[in-house]
Amino acid sequence: MSVNLIVLYWNYIIVIMLMMAGLYIIISNQNFIKKLVGLSIFQSSVFIFYISLGKVSGGTAPILTGIEDTVYSNPLPHVLILTAIVVGVATNALGLALVVRIQEAFKSIEEHKLLALKKEDGLKDIQIEVSKEDSAV
Amino acid sequence: MIELWVNVFLVSLLVIITFYIMRLRRLIGIVALSGAYSLTAAAIFVNMDAVDVAFTEAAVGSGISTILFLAALRYLPVEEAHETRYPVWSLFLCGIVGLMLIIAAFALPEFGDPNAPAHLHVAPRYIEESYPLFHIPNVVTNVLASYRGFDTLGETVVVFTAGLGVIILLTGSTLSMRFKQTATSSDNQTAKSDEETRDA
Repeated sequence: MSVNLIVLYWNYIIVIMLMMAGLYIIISNQNFIKKLVGLSIFQSSVFIFYISLGKVSGGTAPILTGIEDTVYSNPLPHVLILTAIVVGVATNALGLALVVRIQEAFKSIEEHKLLALKKEDGLKDIQIEVSKEDSAV
Repeated sequence: MIELWVNVFLVSLLVIITFYIMRLRRLIGIVALSGAYSLTAAAIFVNMDAVDVAFTEAAVGSGISTILFLAALRYLPVEEAHETRYPVWSLFLCGIVGLMLIIAAFALPEFGDPNAPAHLHVAPRYIEESYPLFHIPNVVTNVLASYRGFDTLGETVVVFTAGLGVIILLTGSTLSMRFKQTATSSDNQTAKSDEETRDA
């Protein structure tokens, strides 16, 4: 019985573990690419959670066959996650563009190095430049 | 029953992949593993009857996303510095939150329970009424395009906005970039005029 219980709740436990692993990567790793990968792990753990909730045991994919008494899985979570996957890739692309620009401007994509740069007032130059041009315009 | 055990095996595989993503330092390896993660997730979706989600994840999550990462890696350093910040505190935080979520998860309906509240509200209506109304056998496509068309339109707007953002960031026509360019070009001009005066 207890083995059965673990198997039936295994998906939820794993989803939570993956979510926390993603969160840990986002908080503690300093590399922006690794942070983005952590973010996508976090995202897809939520996807797996939704699809797990939509599963009906003994069911088939929700494509109507016309055969009587067929059990179908819940189509609604599938629709929601279909939208979420595409949006997730769009946000990933935007994040990657930002990372490439950061590398171009500061020659580093490690968060602690960028913070150190900020402490040394390395970022001040650009702000002054902008404000000077602003006043000129 | 075999479906259930395949599912247990596949989701456990995801944990192993995530563990190696956390340990690895070479960025290209991390990106390759995240592609493998997406492909395994697609297999899980097929096993859980979500075929539409599975092929979207395989094409978009495992394909396009990995290509985007590889394209970005061309401009980035090969390895990460592997400096972790507050590892103990973040582990503590994630542990506490994970523990609370796992305790809460046991209040959820069992995996595959046909009497779960999620299956009793609108899902039967979609399955029974959508074909006579719209004559599309695939219920997921039907709900996506017919019932939730505005949702899909919103998604398209989000993707369009993200694309615009990427183009603006990469072609460098942001405000500060333009100021920087004008500043450097004027510097070059002054340098050139200096040279000319020196030649004269």
